[in-house]
Amino acid sequence: MSLSSLAQQIHLWLLGHMSEQWTLVLEMIIAGILVISFFAVLGLVLVYMERKVSAWMQIRLGPNRVGPKGLLQSFADTLKLLIKEGLTPDGADKFLFNIAPIGAIMVSMLLMAPIPFAKDFQMWDINIGVLYVSAVSSLSVISILVAGWSSNNKYSLLGAMRSGAQIVSYELSAGMAIMTIVILSGSLSLTEIIQSQQNGWWLFKGHVPVIIAFVIYIIAVTAETNRAPFDMAEAESELTAGFHTEYSGMKFALFFLAEYVNVFIVCAIGAILFLGGWMPLHIGEWTAFNHIMDYIPSSIWFMGKTFGLIFLIMWFRWTFPRLRVDQLLKLEWNYLLPISMINVVLVTALAILGWYFK
Amino acid sequence: MQSLTSRAKQVDRSPMTVVERLYLWNIFKGMWITLKHFFRKKPTIHYPEEKRPFSPVFRGLHILNRDEEGRERCTACGLCAVACPAEAITMEAAERVSGEENKYREEKYAARYEINMLRCIFCGLCEEACPKDAIYLSETFAPANYQRKGFIYGKDDLLIPHPKENPEEYQKAVGSRAKAPANA
Repeated sequence: MSLSSLAQQIHLWLLGHMSEQWTLVLEMIIAGILVISFFAVLGLVLVYMERKVSAWMQIRLGPNRVGPKGLLQSFADTLKLLIKEGLTPDGADKFLFNIAPIGAIMVSMLLMAPIPFAKDFQMWDINIGVLYVSAVSSLSVISILVAGWSSNNKYSLLGAMRSGAQIVSYELSAGMAIMTIVILSGSLSLTEIIQSQQNGWWLFKGHVPVIIAFVIYIIAVTAETNRAPFDMAEAESELTAGFHTEYSGMKFALFFLAEYVNVFIVCAIGAILFLGGWMPLHIGEWTAFNHIMDYIPSSIWFMGKTFGLIFLIMWFRWTFPRLRVDQLLKLEWNYLLPISMINVVLVTALAILGWYFK
Repeated sequence: MQSLTSRAKQVDRSPMTVVERLYLWNIFKGMWITLKHFFRKKPTIHYPEEKRPFSPVFRGLHILNRDEEGRERCTACGLCAVACPAEAITMEAAERVSGEENKYREEKYAARYEINMLRCIFCGLCEEACPKDAIYLSETFAPANYQRKGFIYGKDDLLIPHPKENPEEYQKAVGSRAKAPANA
């Protein structure tokens, strides 16, 4: 019983009961509800995970009072945020102030569409999935800028401007890193990129250039999602809370949720591009080992890889101190961008000469 | 220049080498440290369920002692109140009437005995001043309260449980440091 067969069964059942158009409409509604509930669960799980990881890395225990092992802690936090009043400052631009968090959450929702969560299980299988993801993810900077501008607060504006500079510049090297895989697999479709890793993940097949691309990708998306050590947009110690200083209650929660969902999405894309998405781990000629790996459902492979990458990004956050703004931009423009440009050339040569493992 | 201590260290100000400037090695070192922390045993003590033992010289809440037959030792002499630097102790004396010999050890006893725990500095001078070994400081501290008047501890709060009627509670209250009633 896999997720794709379940989806297929629902599809057939609906087709048997109503016309094709109504089936489509109903399926869209079901998908929408699933995405929203997945969002909620993801937010709860990731907040809990972040708190536990941070605590364990600081030799603390983390939340352990609300529910068994503190599992209900994030529920309690969410409840608090729901009850809290969503203040709008007097001097704020009311319309933009209220629309910004919705924009942030909508961008993360749109990014959910082309992600294959399991074998043959994805909402929208477009042939330009990679392009779509990198295009839509750049929109998130708009909601951050709008939030910072409309708050009528110096800290917010500073945080937003920093975030704008940061996201725009780090998108370049993230795009370059994604390009290496597009060059190697010869396709922009996420499904085809996963299919091309049938006999081995790109991280292992692609020699050193792909490993460099992977490292650059991880650094760049950490910066793109505004997480420490690149959380210049929030920078508690300098800007109180950066662009969401003035936000409270559910509006703040939406920003918070969007940040975590963005982390999930960039890690999912990283897992798809470099670690083979839902493809099980196969090692060369070890037939028995490969068979055992095949028995693990594809959705578990996907989630395992994604959460592995999320753990990596959390690990960064709780290990490194925050960079200064000039260091941050210097790292991108002086180091990462030249390296990734050369790397793309190398990968192109690799792909043309066919020097990667097949 | 002569250093001030024998442990002074010269700060290395030589320019960083290429490897050092790459930071990669140090990044991995930092991540290794946090990973080690991740799997380390956590030293946290789960407070209300798990308490750290107090040291045997800890001076906590006062206990009014009884002798081995369960008679109150206090004779309301007032020496503790005099010794108290914080003036936290108040008492009222009363005379023992016949028939009360099993309740009070001597002819005079404290009808009212109050310690204001907000004033008390837990110095233990009352314990030192007491000629009858009637008061000593236990190994617990005053629990939190919602009102100030809750911190004025009367005789029902301070008196140790009866050793004959309630021996288990008595043993618990005696703790490790009480003067054993037998040799007093």
